Amino acid sequence: MNENHVPDGNDATTPNTAHVAPGVFRSLLFRGSNAAEPELGQTEPECFHDLNLDQVVAAITHDLGEYDLTPFFRTPLTDLETIHYRHRIFRDLEDETVHGHLTAFAAALTQMRAQWKQATEMRDAWQRRFWMLRAHHTYQDAIVAFADHLTHDDLASDGLRDFREHLTGYAGSDAFGELVRRRTAVERALDAVRYCVQINGNKVTVTPFDDQPDYGAEVEETFAKFRQGDVRSHLVKYNEYLEMNHVEASVLALVAQSNPDAFGALQSYTDEHSAFIDRGVARFDREAHFYLGYRAYVRRLQEHDLPVCYPTVSDTKQVHATESFDIALAHKLIDDGKRIVTNDFALSGDERIIVVTGANQGGKTTFSRAFGQLHYLAALGCPVPGRDAELFLADHIFTHFEKEEDIHSLSGKLEDELVRIHDILGRATGASIVIMNEIFTSTSLDDAILLGTAVLRQLIERDTICVCVTFVDELSTLSDTTVSMVATVEEADAASRTYRVVPRPADGLAHAVAIAEKYGLTFERLTERIGS
Amino acid sequence: MKAFLMFRDRDFDPERALPPNAEDLVQDLELQTLIDAMARGDEFLASIAKTGLLCSLTAPADIRYRQDAVRDSQANEQVVREMYDLAVEAITRERKVFGWMSDRYPAAILSHAIEVLELFAHMLRTLRQIAEEHAGDFRSEAFERFFRMLLTELDDDYFHEIDVHLRRLRLRDGVLISARLDAGGKGVGLVMRRPRTQKQTFGEKLTSLTHPAPYFRIADRDEAGANALSELRGRGINLVADALARSTDHILSFFRMLRSELAFYVGCLNVADTLASRGLPITLPTAHQTDDLTFACDGLYDASLALITEEPIVGNDIDADGIPLVMITGANRGGKSTFLRSVGLAQLMLQCGMFAPATRFEASTRTCIFTHFKREEDATMSSGKLDEELARMSSIVDQIRPGGLILFNESFASTNEREGSEIGREVVHAMLNAHVTVFFVTHQYDLAHGFQRERAAGTLFLRADRERTFKLVVGEPLPTSFGDDLYRRIFDEDAATVAAP
Repeated sequence: MNENHVPDGNDATTPNTAHVAPGVFRSLLFRGSNAAEPELGQTEPECFHDLNLDQVVAAITHDLGEYDLTPFFRTPLTDLETIHYRHRIFRDLEDETVHGHLTAFAAALTQMRAQWKQATEMRDAWQRRFWMLRAHHTYQDAIVAFADHLTHDDLASDGLRDFREHLTGYAGSDAFGELVRRRTAVERALDAVRYCVQINGNKVTVTPFDDQPDYGAEVEETFAKFRQGDVRSHLVKYNEYLEMNHVEASVLALVAQSNPDAFGALQSYTDEHSAFIDRGVARFDREAHFYLGYRAYVRRLQEHDLPVCYPTVSDTKQVHATESFDIALAHKLIDDGKRIVTNDFALSGDERIIVVTGANQGGKTTFSRAFGQLHYLAALGCPVPGRDAELFLADHIFTHFEKEEDIHSLSGKLEDELVRIHDILGRATGASIVIMNEIFTSTSLDDAILLGTAVLRQLIERDTICVCVTFVDELSTLSDTTVSMVATVEEADAASRTYRVVPRPADGLAHAVAIAEKYGLTFERLTERIGS
Repeated sequence: MKAFLMFRDRDFDPERALPPNAEDLVQDLELQTLIDAMARGDEFLASIAKTGLLCSLTAPADIRYRQDAVRDSQANEQVVREMYDLAVEAITRERKVFGWMSDRYPAAILSHAIEVLELFAHMLRTLRQIAEEHAGDFRSEAFERFFRMLLTELDDDYFHEIDVHLRRLRLRDGVLISARLDAGGKGVGLVMRRPRTQKQTFGEKLTSLTHPAPYFRIADRDEAGANALSELRGRGINLVADALARSTDHILSFFRMLRSELAFYVGCLNVADTLASRGLPITLPTAHQTDDLTFACDGLYDASLALITEEPIVGNDIDADGIPLVMITGANRGGKSTFLRSVGLAQLMLQCGMFAPATRFEASTRTCIFTHFKREEDATMSSGKLDEELARMSSIVDQIRPGGLILFNESFASTNEREGSEIGREVVHAMLNAHVTVFFVTHQYDLAHGFQRERAAGTLFLRADRERTFKLVVGEPLPTSFGDDLYRRIFDEDAATVAAP
C-alpha cells in the first residue's frame, strides 16, 4: 500500500468494506447514466481566460485543493435536468442547519485524513497503528453523527435525500456496526493497559502495574501539617511532541509484548481494515465541496448587498437579466471597499446580437464578460449574479478578446484576428454564444465596418446569440436582430464614467469630444494653446 | 500546625492594615522610641511591634490571653528567645541553600528540596527538644497549647517518617513510574510509585526467575537515548519533586508564622530588660470593659521618655474611675505633656496585651485612640496654624467612635484665649456627648474654668505643680501658669515690677 495514499476506496488495488446500496446514491453532481463515471473536462475551456473565469475558479478552489474541484468547474452541463438537480441541492444548503451539519462532517473527514497522514509518517510501527486507529475512530464518529443529523434535517433535493438514504443504510449496516464494535473493543483494551517503567541507571524494565502507592501523594501527606496557605507550583512544563523518541518506542514495544491480547487486537484490526472509507462517502465529500466552495464565494457578494439568483435556464434565446454584474470584478471591488455597478440586458423576439459602444473604459468589456460568465455559471447549475435571470443553455461559449500583438507571429495583428474569427465561425452553431470584444481595432474605419459587418452577417444567419463590443457604431443598426447598448457617462461631467450600460442608440463621437474639451485638446483649444 | 500565640483562635497577621491615624499616634506619643526599644535593631521585630501596638485589642479576655503569654515569656526568657532565633535561622539558611538550574529540571528541584528538608528536619528536631525540656515551665494557655501541639505533631514516629523519605528520595534504587497509553500510544499520566516492600512469596520469586520482566539498556554512546531516558525519568519524578518542593515551602511558611507569633514576645522582653536596667517598674495591667470607664494608676510614667533619658522619671497616681473628662492645667514644663503621653502609651500597651509602665494600672479598653497635639507651623504656609488644627480635628471627628479616647495637648491655642476656649468647649461637649473620654492639657483658663463651673462633679482637674516636681496634683485651674516665676528666673527681676507703669 502506498504510504501517502489516503484510502478512499476508489483505488482499485485496495479492497474496501463499503456497503454499496444498489441504485440509490451515485453522485451529488451528476445524474442518470452519466452519474457513476462522468467525463470531466481536464483542460481549461478556451473562454476561461477572457471571461476571467480562471480567476473565479482559482478563488473558489483556493483552500480546497485536497478535493480537486477544478475538473468539475471545467465541465459545463448539457441537460436541464442536472441543472435543476444542482439548484435544488444549492437551495437545501441555504438552510444554516443543514449547511452546518455538512461542514462539520467535512471537517471531521479532513481531520481523519490528517490523522491517517500522521500515521503514515510515524517511524514506529506500533505508533503508526495507534494513529490509524484514531483515524478509524474519527471516521466512524463522523459517519454516525452525520447520519443522525441528516435524519432530522429538512431536505428537498433528490441529491441530498438519496445520500441520506445511502448514509443511514451504511451507518445502520451490520458490517459498519461490526467495524465500530471491534474498534471500540480495541480502544477499551488499550485504554485499560497500565504499566510501570523501572529505570535503574541505563537499564529500563517494563513491568505490569501492581497498584503501588503514589509516591508524590505520600510525600505531600507527610508534610501537609505545616501548610499555612497556598504555595506556588514547582512543576516543570514539558514540550509535547506527537512522535515518540526511540526510548519511548522501545518501552512501547515491551508494553506490547506484555499485553499481547490488547496489542494483538490492535494489529489485526488495523491490518484488516487498511481501506475503510465508503466509496459513496468519499465521493460525496469531494462533490459536496463544489457546492460549499461556490456558496462561500457568492455569500461574500450577498453580505455586501449584491444580488444572486437561481436563473431559469432553457433553450429559448430570449434571454434577460436584471442587476447583473461581473462576478470576479465584484469581489475585487469589495476588497478595495467599493461596490460594483449592476446592469440589465434583454433580448426579445428576434433579437440575438447586442452591440455595445460608448466611452472608453466605460464598462463595455466588463459587461460582455458578465454576459459570458452568467451563461457559463448557469451551465454549471450554479446560482448567478443578478436579481433575476433567464438564460440560454449554450453548446459552447466562444470568446474573442483583443490580444497583445504577438511579435513572434509572422503575420500582423489583423491577420491573426481574422484567423481566429474564422476558426470560431467554423465551429459556432446556432446554439452557441459568441462574445467579441474590440474587434478590428488595428485597421482603418472603413475596413472595420466592412469586416465587422461580414462577421455579424454570418452570425445572424446562424441565429447565434452574440455580444459584440466595438467602436463601430454602424454595426449597432445592422439589422432587426441587433440591439444597441451604450456605456454611458455622467451628464454633468462627460469625463466621468457611470459604468452603466443601457439600451440606447450609439451616439458617436460625443463623448470623445467632451473628453478632449476637458483636457483642452479640441482643435480650437489646441490652436489657442500652441504658440501662446 | 498553628502557633496561636497572639490570638486564641487565629494567626497574627503582620500585614494587617494599621488604623488611619497610626502615624499621628506614632508622632504624638513618641511611639517610635518604644518600638525601637522592642526591636533592638531587628527590622522585622520593629514592624511586628508597630502592628501589635497599633492594632489594639478590645476584649479583656483577649488581652489576658496575651498577658499570660507575656508573663510566661518573662519567666522563661531564654527559651522564648531561643525559639525566635531558631525560626529566624531556619528562614535565613533556607535562602542560602544553593540550587543550580533548580527551576528547569525535576531532578534538580528534587535534590534542592532534599537539602532544604534536611536543614528543616534538623531545626524541627531542635524545636521539639526545646518543647520537651521546657514545656512544663510554661503556664499560659497560649504556650501550653503551643508546646502540646509541637510534642504531638513532632513525635519520634514523625521524624522517622521524614528520615525514611529523605533516604528514599535519593532514588538510589532507581525510579518506578506508572503510566497508561494515550491515543497516540505515548505514555501519559506518569506517576512515580513507591515499590512495595513486602517480601515476595516463593511463587512470586520463582516467577520472576523463570519469567524475568522484559527490559532494554541504553548503549553507552547513545547520547540521544541518554537524553531521552533522562527526560522520561524527569517526567516521572516531576510530581514528586513538586510535592517535596511545595512541602518544604510549607515548612518554611511554618517557620515564618512562628517568627511572627514569637516576635512580639521577644519585643516585650527587650523592653522589659531595658526598663528593668533603669530600675523602672512594669506591671501587667487589668483590662476592663469599655463601658466601665475605668482609669486608675499608681506611678504611671512616660515609657518613651524613660527609654531615652538618664534623668530620674516621675510617675503619677491618678484615680479617674467613671470620669469622662480630665483637664490638666498648670505650670509650663510642669509635666503636663509628659503625663498625657504616658496615658496614651499606657493605653496602647494595655490594649496590645503588654505590661504597662507603672506599679499599678487598671483601665477600660477603648474602641479607638486619638491624639490632637500642637504641631509645627505649616511649612508650606498654605494654611494658618488654626486652619491646620481645625482640619486635623475634623478628620478625627470623621473617624472617632463611642467608647474612644482622645488626648488634646494645647489644642486651639493658635488663636486668642477667648476664641480658642470657645472652640475647645464646643469640641469637648461634642466628644462627651458621643461617649468619648477626653484628656485635655491646656493653659486656657477660660476653657478649664468653664468646665469647672459647669460640671465639676464629672470632671477631674489636675494641675502641674508649681515646684516643678513634674508630678500632677488634683487641683483647680489657676488663672496664671506661673509665667512670672520663669521671668524672674531668667531676667533676674520681677515681671510685675517691670510691667507696672
